Amino acid sequence: MFQSLPLLSLLIWAPILGGIFVLLVGSRQRESSKLFALVVSSLVFLLSTLLYFRFDTTSVLMQFVEYSVWIDTFNINYHLGVDGISVPLILLTTFTTVLVVIACWVVIETRLSQYLAAFLILEGLMIGVFVSLDAILFYFFWEAMLIPMFLIIGVWGGPGRIYATIKFFLYTFLGSVFMLVALLYLYSKMGSFYIFDLYRLPLSLAEQKWIFIAFLLAFAVKIPMWPVHTWLPDAHVEAPTGGSVILAAILLKMGGYGFIRFSLPITPDAGAAMAGFMIVLSLIAIVYIGFVALVQQDMKKLIAYSSVSHMGFVTLGFFIVFSIMEQAGSNADAVMGLAGAMMQMVSHGLISAALFLCVGVMYDRVHSRQIADYGGVANTMPVFASFMMLFAMANAGLPGTSGFVGEFLVILSSFRANAWIAVIAATVLILGAAYTLWMYKRVIFGDVANEKVAGLQDVSPRETSFLLLLAVAVLLLGLWPAPLFELMETTLNQLVEHISQSKVT
Amino acid sequence: MIELSEVLILAAMLFCISVAGIFINRKNVIILLMCIELMLLSVNLNFVAFSHFLGDIHGQVFVFFILTVAAAEAAIGLAILVVLFRNRNTINVVDLDTLKG
Amino acid sequence: MKDVYLAIVLAPLAGAIIAGLGGRFIGRSGAHWVTIIGVGISSVLSLFAWKHLMFDGGEVYNAEIYTWLKLGDLKFSVGFLVDQLSVTMMLVVSFVSWMIHIYTIGYMRDDPGYQRFFSYISLFTFAMLMLVMSNNFVQLFFGWEAVGLVSYLLIGFWFKRESAIFASLKAFIVNRIGDFGFLIGIAAVLMYFNSLDYMQVFSQAGTLENPTLSLIPGMEWSVLSFICICLFIGAMGKSAQVPLHVWLPDSMEGPTPISALIHAATMVTAGIFMVARMSPLYELSETALSLILLVGAVTAFFMGLLGLVQHDIKRIIAYSTLSQLGYMTVALGASAYSVAIFHLVTHAFFKALLFLAAGSVIIALHHEQDVRRMGGLYRYMPVTWFTALIGSLALVGFPLTSGFFSKDAIIEAVHYSQLPFAGLAYAAVLAGVFITALYTFRLFFLTFHGEERMDRHTWEQLGESPGVVTFPLFMLAIPSLVIGAYLVGPMVLGDYYKDAISVSAGHAAWFNEMVSHYSGAFDILVNSWKHAPVWLALAGIFVAWLCYIRYPHWPGRIADMSAVIYRLFVRKFYFDEVYQAVFAGGARNAGNALWQWGDVRAIDGFLVNGTARAVRRFSASIRTLQTGYLYHYAFAMIIGLLLLLAVFVHQLM
Repeated sequence: MFQSLPLLSLLIWAPILGGIFVLLVGSRQRESSKLFALVVSSLVFLLSTLLYFRFDTTSVLMQFVEYSVWIDTFNINYHLGVDGISVPLILLTTFTTVLVVIACWVVIETRLSQYLAAFLILEGLMIGVFVSLDAILFYFFWEAMLIPMFLIIGVWGGPGRIYATIKFFLYTFLGSVFMLVALLYLYSKMGSFYIFDLYRLPLSLAEQKWIFIAFLLAFAVKIPMWPVHTWLPDAHVEAPTGGSVILAAILLKMGGYGFIRFSLPITPDAGAAMAGFMIVLSLIAIVYIGFVALVQQDMKKLIAYSSVSHMGFVTLGFFIVFSIMEQAGSNADAVMGLAGAMMQMVSHGLISAALFLCVGVMYDRVHSRQIADYGGVANTMPVFASFMMLFAMANAGLPGTSGFVGEFLVILSSFRANAWIAVIAATVLILGAAYTLWMYKRVIFGDVANEKVAGLQDVSPRETSFLLLLAVAVLLLGLWPAPLFELMETTLNQLVEHISQSKVT
Repeated sequence: MIELSEVLILAAMLFCISVAGIFINRKNVIILLMCIELMLLSVNLNFVAFSHFLGDIHGQVFVFFILTVAAAEAAIGLAILVVLFRNRNTINVVDLDTLKG
Repeated sequence: MKDVYLAIVLAPLAGAIIAGLGGRFIGRSGAHWVTIIGVGISSVLSLFAWKHLMFDGGEVYNAEIYTWLKLGDLKFSVGFLVDQLSVTMMLVVSFVSWMIHIYTIGYMRDDPGYQRFFSYISLFTFAMLMLVMSNNFVQLFFGWEAVGLVSYLLIGFWFKRESAIFASLKAFIVNRIGDFGFLIGIAAVLMYFNSLDYMQVFSQAGTLENPTLSLIPGMEWSVLSFICICLFIGAMGKSAQVPLHVWLPDSMEGPTPISALIHAATMVTAGIFMVARMSPLYELSETALSLILLVGAVTAFFMGLLGLVQHDIKRIIAYSTLSQLGYMTVALGASAYSVAIFHLVTHAFFKALLFLAAGSVIIALHHEQDVRRMGGLYRYMPVTWFTALIGSLALVGFPLTSGFFSKDAIIEAVHYSQLPFAGLAYAAVLAGVFITALYTFRLFFLTFHGEERMDRHTWEQLGESPGVVTFPLFMLAIPSLVIGAYLVGPMVLGDYYKDAISVSAGHAAWFNEMVSHYSGAFDILVNSWKHAPVWLALAGIFVAWLCYIRYPHWPGRIADMSAVIYRLFVRKFYFDEVYQAVFAGGARNAGNALWQWGDVRAIDGFLVNGTARAVRRFSASIRTLQTGYLYHYAFAMIIGLLLLLAVFVHQLM
């Protein structure tokens, strides 16, 4: 059954068409449009689990491939497929979209149907990014994704939303333009936009470096790396809760996905040449941003900065691979860094989503994100406090939660590259705990700080449902990450095998 | 006989007069329109001259095209002028600086 | 046996989950029943496992439960290693925890967070058992951090109190600093041994004696020393050794049962256990052992001194815990791992006993903890008085009590150690005996004897605590008294641990000396008067008697005479102030500086908005070219046309 189903196309277009449908009829049918959005997003999530169950973990080839000609003249095709790298990210996308739909259920009062439609369309586009095998198709989804996100922040955002959206848009757009130039250059050499053709294209070191830098501009902004991260705190602070969740959980992962799908395999020699630079940037992100997060007064800003710091582990995991291969000459050890980085992406998606939802839950009641406006929330919202404790601990990388696994693996493997890298990266243990728990202490613990806190209602069943889903996911991945690694292992081995071979002719 | 070059020189002179008329004139839009007409006519003169001296009828065919377009253009130009005057009560060129940065 | 071991671990977890999530369905009594039964199961089964291993000749169990994750040849799994060492720890942990569960019913009776408390301590028992039963470093780290988490939650249990939540945060962060070293150690283990399984690591340890690594160019360190020191940094955090000891006194903000269970008997000894567990590695690194010896000696001596000037009954015991942990660490440094574990076991019983007795006093005095407002309680609380006396005698190492045997063995072991700092450590632990006796009996006399200094209202309601409180006191008093005599033979002089602990021949001098001098517990007891420690302990008790019963005005006068030193002690050597200013303040200043100067000014102000400003300024200057006059545009067109023509014509020619 379902064997001939074009699963990937369905995953892309079902939410997009659903979103358009909501857009068309929703403004008059507020209640049913909510229900419809929930049904669509849940169905898409179920479909994506089908992807997981039918995925062949032993194969190095792309699976569920779909192919049809799109623009014949330029050899651009509608070419879809997934491997062990994209499947976890697709699952993360479909999962968080369901949460976002539940989260905005009663909170968004104006233009609810448009809001839902924006998220559904965004979901389809994001999945499109993860499944495209054609570089131009990828670029199309990559840029199209900005539009709903731009609207979500710009229409439903906070008071400074205009500045934040323009900053967000210009930052990301500037980066992507260079990626397009790089893709066109590659096309001129290869005559194809098929990603795996590009993998095979021999390039001189100088060419690789230019292409690497062009990709870097696009992906570094998205992930974001220090020093092009400053759009993120602004965007997060202004975005509505759902926007923050998607931004942190999925959009940041696009940058990581770009690195692992384009930069590493297309320009491996440039990657090796610039690995030191990238590692230094990642370490700066981890430590510098850790300190900056410590002194934030705005909860969303704090979590945004903590995201930058955690994503530093992703780039670190990607680029220590080169140092490890150089030092140890063994590919097996390098896989651990990549796997840790991938795990960190998935886990950060869940944890940051959870923390932003927690802030959202409080914001909906008190209408403030300032830490100083809270204190003693545990007195009035004990259940919520327990959930947030779990997520705060996960953010601090406590073993048994998903937050630990990625950081642990990246630190372990970076020790192989250079002990100092591991030492600097491991400061996250201290800094992460310090900024997360200090915030938790000031917000949740203590005596009731003011009347608003005294009048708080504990989480409703709706809020419990999404927090519980995330809690289960965070614990499950922390206690038993083996299935996820099984999913990725073959692909990552293949990838490391590929990038260990020089492309210079 | 009149030489080709003499006709071309005449056309060039007409063209220069019209160009000068466009940017020396700061008063009246109607004069501007007339200068544009003159410009077109000087080009027409070139066409006719070449057509005559090279024995190719195509040049004169083009003149007809240009004349038609010029007539249409003059009509539209005058129409705009009328609307403009109705809105702003002036057709003084110096006053028409909405495009100023 | 796998099912038994699984049950030992999972029963408390199940109890914790039910008590934590059950809420109104199970009620308050439901919560304590379910957790007491859970921990009871694991205690009884631990006893069974102990008997199985010790007397029935059972096999050491070492197997995987499930694969946590697998990458290529590398496998991280969750598994159990139950040998003589871990089974001893399991027994101590589950038994003390069980007693404390029962005690809690009385202590926390009126607390609104009753169920939460039971859930936490059961969860702690689970985490601690996972830690001691682990057969690999990942699970060890999991248990290590999980006990830290529960400790954090329990110190901040009364989350309305600012001091409590400050202490909990401090405890977690200081522990994290230790864990930082620990994690680096684990990374180094993985790099050099390519495995995180204990047995595989230990079996290869010998091959790594010589390789070196260089962190700072020009400095070569032995790989094993590096690993051992990193792991020991973790132990320093968890077992509160100087300079990472600052969290333990503050952790007394938590409820007393927690102070007894986590911050005296079990969790803080995790570091000691870990080093003993890693004995095959530590035996190969003299550098690490010397460092351990030094750190332990400093902790044992200086933290004992601080106990002399504290007024909070729990804090005095906390400093005593620090000092005793120092003793254990010294024993580890002297390669006397078995002795360290022996002291760990006896200490677990008598220190839990002392804390619970203090808790009993605190209940009776309506949560008064200042010893200056106690006194003469022996008349009103005979059971508490009696058990506290046993605990105190055990702590000072009075002959016959359990503490006597274990402390004596440590002093002897250090005496025969040949490491660089052994002489210093020997002096420190000897002096420590006197100090221990002095502060212990200062506490004892101030609390139970002398003038009755409490206020009238409290005095009228004085009385012995209920049965759920006194029963655990008795249950802990018995082992505090007898377990030393029972275990000293096999544990110190015998072959109790078999292969669980390894001591290299070069470091076994203390063992050979001990075995040649003594034949058993009775022998040690009879010969005790020949050695200094007993006399030092008696002297300490005597001085305490002089100062606090006979001449109560002496202490004040001594304090006045040595005001500088007294102040230094009261301020705890200024550790807290320095840390607060340098690390906490420094981190905040660094954060603010990086944020304001780096992010806001340099990146956002200069690069991002600066670019926008530059674009705007440039456009503002060129917009003046747009005059709006048609003839200007026409002129520009003509000029352009002429220029193009010129170029074109030039090219033609």
